[in-house]
Amino acid sequence: MDLSVQLPGLNLKNPIIPASGTFQFGREFAMLYDLSVLGGCCVKSITLEERLGNPLPRIAEAPGGMINAIGLQNRGVDFVREKELPFLESYDTEVIANIAGASIEEYAEVIRRLNGVDVIKAFELNISCPNVSAGGMGLGTNPETAAEVTRVAKAAADKPVYVKLTPNVTDITAIARAVEAAGADGIVVINTVPAMRIDLRTAKPVLGNVTGGMSGPAIKPIAIRAVYQCAQAVNIPIIGCGGITCAEDVLEFLYAGASAVEIGSENLVDPWACPRIIEELPAVLEKYRLGSVKEATGKALPKAQ
Amino acid sequence: MKDTNAIVLSNVRIANDVYKMELRTDIAKEAKPGQFVQITVPGFYLRRPISVSWTQDDVLTLVFKIMGEGTAVLSKLQPGAETSVLGPLGQGFPVTAEKEVVLMGGGVGTPPMLKTAKAYLDAGAKVDVVLGFNTAGDVFYVDEFEQLGITPVVCTMDGSAGVKGTVLDGVKSAGITADYVLACGPLPMLRAISSTYTKGYVSLESRMACGFGVCNGCVMTDKNGMAVRVCKNGPVFPIGKVVL
Ligand SMILES: Cc1cc2nc3c(=O)[nH]c(=O)nc-3n(C[C@H](O)[C@H](O)[C@H](O)COP(=O)(O)OP(=O)(O)OC[C@H]3O[C@@H](n4cnc5c(N)ncnc54)[C@H](O)[C@@H]3O)c2cc1C
Ligand SMILES: Cc1cc2nc3c(=O)[nH]c(=O)nc-3n(C[C@H](O)[C@H](O)[C@H](O)COP(=O)(O)O)c2cc1C
Repeated sequence: MDLSVQLPGLNLKNPIIPASGTFQFGREFAMLYDLSVLGGCCVKSITLEERLGNPLPRIAEAPGGMINAIGLQNRGVDFVREKELPFLESYDTEVIANIAGASIEEYAEVIRRLNGVDVIKAFELNISCPNVSAGGMGLGTNPETAAEVTRVAKAAADKPVYVKLTPNVTDITAIARAVEAAGADGIVVINTVPAMRIDLRTAKPVLGNVTGGMSGPAIKPIAIRAVYQCAQAVNIPIIGCGGITCAEDVLEFLYAGASAVEIGSENLVDPWACPRIIEELPAVLEKYRLGSVKEATGKALPKAQ
Repeated sequence: MKDTNAIVLSNVRIANDVYKMELRTDIAKEAKPGQFVQITVPGFYLRRPISVSWTQDDVLTLVFKIMGEGTAVLSKLQPGAETSVLGPLGQGFPVTAEKEVVLMGGGVGTPPMLKTAKAYLDAGAKVDVVLGFNTAGDVFYVDEFEQLGITPVVCTMDGSAGVKGTVLDGVKSAGITADYVLACGPLPMLRAISSTYTKGYVSLESRMACGFGVCNGCVMTDKNGMAVRVCKNGPVFPIGKVVL
């Protein structure tokens, strides 16, 4: 079974990529399985300076998923370049560097400091994080700012640039079109869905940040809808993300128009989720009489009929 | 760390809202005192972190209090039920050569102290145990410590059993002089212990998703302003290391 997928900058042996923020920089998972089985991997969002993240609690639960408000905690780009990324050099998997910033200029500066790092095969712009006050989702909810950060990032980057979109907009296709026009090489659809919980005992929000981002199986239908709509709006490849727990879910995203997928929260409840899904995938493709991953992409789209 | 199928062997109420569950799982053989497991609760997405309380061959004992929906479902699991357990997780209590130690457990911070007490006894230490609860109906594990040959000093906030007051009141009234402490319990208790003792370890609690260090959900800050992951760098930390 041909599981391979070729995307700008990414030569994936299979379409499975752990999503940003659920994989750190690979060290913990490397103790559990050979990271070389992964098509690619997307590291935790990198910002210019170190960020300590949001006050606790940062985690809440909701039926069919979870809500997080981590707040982009990371050690800053220089530390990540020197101390984290070299670890991934010894694995045969395509590394995506996820970038975040409080301003458009910060995205460009982080990218400049990562240019020339060979282990990185592509950049992913997180303009969709609901858990930070400046930048983050603010940039991703407006077609003009989304296009502007894409343009500036493209001008700075020595590798292909993917843009990760938020579902928290009236029309996601307007954002997708805007970043495509600004030069994006691909889009990642979707980041978490803004959400919150209230503790009945204290009558206060559960999360220290009050609101957070919902992820997990409950958001899968939202993500499928977003991929399906974007696939009809743009010609650049789509990496699907949101609520994937098994190979059947992967196929649903491929049918909706995704070329590859990112797996997020499932890594947190089943640390072996990615290798498991990679192993399950051929049989699921066979079951639906598909000869390859590529053949599945976009099958559900009207224009393919 | 591994993910195993675990079979519930027993699940009984041992105090107000507190249950003792025995599970058959290979993890029991590897678990060290102060480590924890992430147990899958049927119908819930995230696993629940629960301390290793005791192990005997391939039987793992957990003691948990009903604090919300997940632990309520856990309390209803019947013998024969199957679930999955991820573990053992985190850094437990180091077992070092000490002449005498005092172990303190507050409420459902008590369970991990049982296996820890055994480990220190085996290492040749004199072990004193002080347990703090709110009221007599909350008290559990006195017999279990007695089976190890330790008579725990029981304290209750309302004075309905044992010494009236906190675990530190219990230490005073029992005249325990050990200066090396190992403790698990609610934050106010750990803060009080940390301002009284300088030697030893405390076990912390924080809401977490993964339990093995990848999501940054449970992060606290140490005295140098560095982030520490309660699940991976802890839950047990040297006294005074983490800002409480
Ligand atoms: C390392 C560690 C060891 C623990 N050991 C024990 C133990 O031995 N016995 C025991 O009774 N309890 C223990 N706890 C606390 C226990 O995990 C929570 O009481 C339990 O998760 C509550 O789940 P719930 O579904 O009933 O509550 P809900 O409030 O419905 O849970 C919602 C979410 O919040 C999380 N959560 C809620 N309260 C806590 C808390 N205090 N700590 C961590 N996560 C929480 C849950 O895991 C779940 O993800 C431990 C916690 C940690 C971090
Ligand atoms: C704990 C946690 C941390 C996350 N951190 C980031 C992050 O740093 N950057 C980012 O772009 N997305 C982050 N995400 C979003 C995921 O990458 C993913 O887009 C989202 O969770 C939806 O996928 P899922 O339902 O498979 O989890 C995070 C998600 C979780 C659960």
